[in-house]
Amino acid sequence: MTHQYMEVNNKKVEITGNEKNILEVVRNMGIEIPTFCYHSELSVYGACRMCMVEDERGNLVASCSLKPQAGMKIKTHTKKIMDTRRMILELLLANHHQDCTTCEKSGNCKLQELAVNMGVKKVRFKPRKPWQDIDTSSASIVRDPNKCILCGDCVRMCSEVQGVGVLGFINRGPNINVVPAFDKPIADVDCVNCGQCVSICPTGALTIKDDTLKVWEALSDPKKKVVVQIAPAVRVAIGEEFNHTEGSNYLYKSVAALKMMGADYVFDTSFSADLTVVEEATEFLNRVVKGEKLPQFTSCCPGWVTYAEKNCPDLLSNLSSCKSPQQMFGAVFKKFFAKKMNIPTEDMYVVSVMPCTAKKFEAERPEMSTDSYQDVDAVITTVELARMIRKMGIKFEELEPASLDMPFGFSSGAGVIFGTSGGVAEAALRYAVEKLSGETLNEVNFREVRGLEGLKEATFNIHGKDIKLAVVSGLANTQQLIEKIRKKEVSYDFVEVMACPGGCIGGGGQPVPNTSETRVLRSKGLYDIDAKSTVKKAQNNPTIEKLYDEWLKTPNSDEAHYALHTHYGHKKRIGGMEIKDEAKENANEKIVISVCVGTNCYLKGSYDVLQELIGLAREHGIEDKVEFKGTFCLENCSNGPSIKVSDDLHKYGVQKEETQKFFNNVVLPRVK
Amino acid sequence: MHKTKTVQEPLRNFAKVKEIIEKYGTERSALIPVLQAIQGEFRYLPQEMLSFVATAMGIPQAEVFGVATFYAQFSTQPKGKHIVQVCDGTACHVRGASDIIKKFKKDLQIPEGKTTTDDLYVTLETVSCLGACALAPAVVVDGKVYGNVNFEDVARIIVTMKESDDE
Ligand code: SF4
Ligand code: SF4
Ligand code: FES
Ligand code: FES
Repeated sequence: MTHQYMEVNNKKVEITGNEKNILEVVRNMGIEIPTFCYHSELSVYGACRMCMVEDERGNLVASCSLKPQAGMKIKTHTKKIMDTRRMILELLLANHHQDCTTCEKSGNCKLQELAVNMGVKKVRFKPRKPWQDIDTSSASIVRDPNKCILCGDCVRMCSEVQGVGVLGFINRGPNINVVPAFDKPIADVDCVNCGQCVSICPTGALTIKDDTLKVWEALSDPKKKVVVQIAPAVRVAIGEEFNHTEGSNYLYKSVAALKMMGADYVFDTSFSADLTVVEEATEFLNRVVKGEKLPQFTSCCPGWVTYAEKNCPDLLSNLSSCKSPQQMFGAVFKKFFAKKMNIPTEDMYVVSVMPCTAKKFEAERPEMSTDSYQDVDAVITTVELARMIRKMGIKFEELEPASLDMPFGFSSGAGVIFGTSGGVAEAALRYAVEKLSGETLNEVNFREVRGLEGLKEATFNIHGKDIKLAVVSGLANTQQLIEKIRKKEVSYDFVEVMACPGGCIGGGGQPVPNTSETRVLRSKGLYDIDAKSTVKKAQNNPTIEKLYDEWLKTPNSDEAHYALHTHYGHKKRIGGMEIKDEAKENANEKIVISVCVGTNCYLKGSYDVLQELIGLAREHGIEDKVEFKGTFCLENCSNGPSIKVSDDLHKYGVQKEETQKFFNNVVLPRVK
Repeated sequence: MHKTKTVQEPLRNFAKVKEIIEKYGTERSALIPVLQAIQGEFRYLPQEMLSFVATAMGIPQAEVFGVATFYAQFSTQPKGKHIVQVCDGTACHVRGASDIIKKFKKDLQIPEGKTTTDDLYVTLETVSCLGACALAPAVVVDGKVYGNVNFEDVARIIVTMKESDDE
């Protein structure tokens, strides 16, 4: 094979033909070219023009969208490039709320960094748009359109990686904007709070909702007993915020920092992950015995749970009823520990430190509470904890590690690997195999489910029975898998789902860059901790045994169900829409029949049901006595097509074949 | 009296949209023709319809909304049955276009801060040069151009427009 070369800054470089673009060639040479809209994990958009290089003819070309070719000659840092780049930055800044000192992203903002590096000292342009409102509707993320540079990274992240497609461009020319569907508040659309868009946004346009203030307040309130839990994935990522090696374990330094801030107790969420393993694997074994509700889907990822509630009503009964480790922890402390320690519920303040933005949303779910107090009072992410540490002036580097509080500070390796994709499945296997075979499991490593691929599959023969597993991460991958399951192209017994690519280690609350490279190191970090742990199976964690002895009795007991399990409901994908038959609105003696034309009901043929009902009303000459309405999602999707009649609270599920019956039994009697 | 049936019959409207989707299919490439047909039917793209289209075609709502706001031919705000466009370009402006606009607003009973009457009978738009500067001030009603428009013309134009309802 002949060698191929191109020239970069008058230097000959060999190209293999496998480089994706010129950008890669140049970066491989150790030369950095700035980019806003290029990410190796997303499609190429080529709009920000930051990555320009100059070709032989003096034209500026986007290096992210250009394939290297033999004989090409380019320059990377000419005056022309620098001037143009500076001007683009100035234009961006003109339309940018420049409140950098108070911005959440400050220090992590690519726009800020580039403006400094390019020496932008003065902005010569005036803003072209009036300032817009900041969207604070979400429990997890904040959207400030005034800081958006229209790179489209979030749009592609949400649709390509997460398959949700919440954000999109609207308008064009000077009015172009990136907004949720119909320019609605983000809490009113199909967002699942995963925070992946925040991770990738180069500016402060998308940020994590800051909950540190609540935590500072609780810490400084002498009446409050502040109990902190730290999730597995946090320990292998927080070091990145302090320029430490990725993937090393910083749990004990984090404990020390939290103690300095005044936390009364600091525990490990891996302990309640152990509890989740026991509950969830027991539930699984019961389903296997009964042969029902399989595959069992995991339910510890709130991004996935919300996704399922909005998009998969047909699968909700397949979700494990177990609460997530975060919420199990909250329940154990509010419902059990508080009583045991004689702490009134209102004085116990549970804080969790999570790699995840969706956990903020999960903690606010009304069913996750005790005596009308949230089981988890505040959720801060890895980056928020790092911010608190900096705010207090703690020198993380020099901190002496401190140990977790007992007894809930003890956990097994199984509880630790929960933080990475495949970890929940492996932890459950360590339990299930032992129970099914009745023999002690010696080889605890299930390498088949490890690794950061989007989908992993494995079959284990346990005591003569084949158990088929799938492990999936990233919601776009999940969507594809679910389609296949629905079409019966594949079948499994157990499916682990994590909304974020790679699992919690790649969560939306983790330090940036949150890329495959960093995720690999974080994941390895967790498996290393597991390898070194003395106890590797959840069922061997003595604290868990004790908890069952003193309180819960047996796995899946009534006590366990009351405290540690939950239920799911169908949720609307989009809020605030109803189509009213305005002309007849005032005639309120009429019977109002609202037929759902929301996604799920539409797909199940609600439209035909509606047509038939209108036809029947006409046939019976009662057209003027009934009023038909189309509504969007009655949150009864699994029984759909859904129908509500006047102010009757019941939601009817009416299949196409049952329309006539429904009309005769429900509609007609009301007219007479 | 003019009749304003369209939006008051939402259910029949859904039937229409469903028909349109059936005609063009649910491939992504059918999105623009589908939206064009819906706009043709309702003179704008109601939010519920966009949501419905997104569902039926399996495209994210944000993307459908994006397409609906990208092309100038689409409108996401309701438009009247009749469209009155008054030019407020430089030439028309100096020849008193703003007064003509005020007069139309008053005579057509268009509520303050809006461009369309509540019954969706007529929409008043100001445009920035119709290319008919020689005729300034120029007005276009449902595609028909009127030049050198004065106050009396406004009344006459409105009568002609209403008469066209009975044709
Ligand atoms: S939080 Fe997740 S689902 Fe919501 S907009 Fe961002 S990427 Fe999409
Ligand atoms: S919100 Fe952030 S990621 Fe999305 S387009 Fe704007 S700047 Fe880019
Ligand atoms: S990174 Fe190449 S155009 Fe944005
Ligand atoms: S789509 Fe949810 S009840 Fe109809």
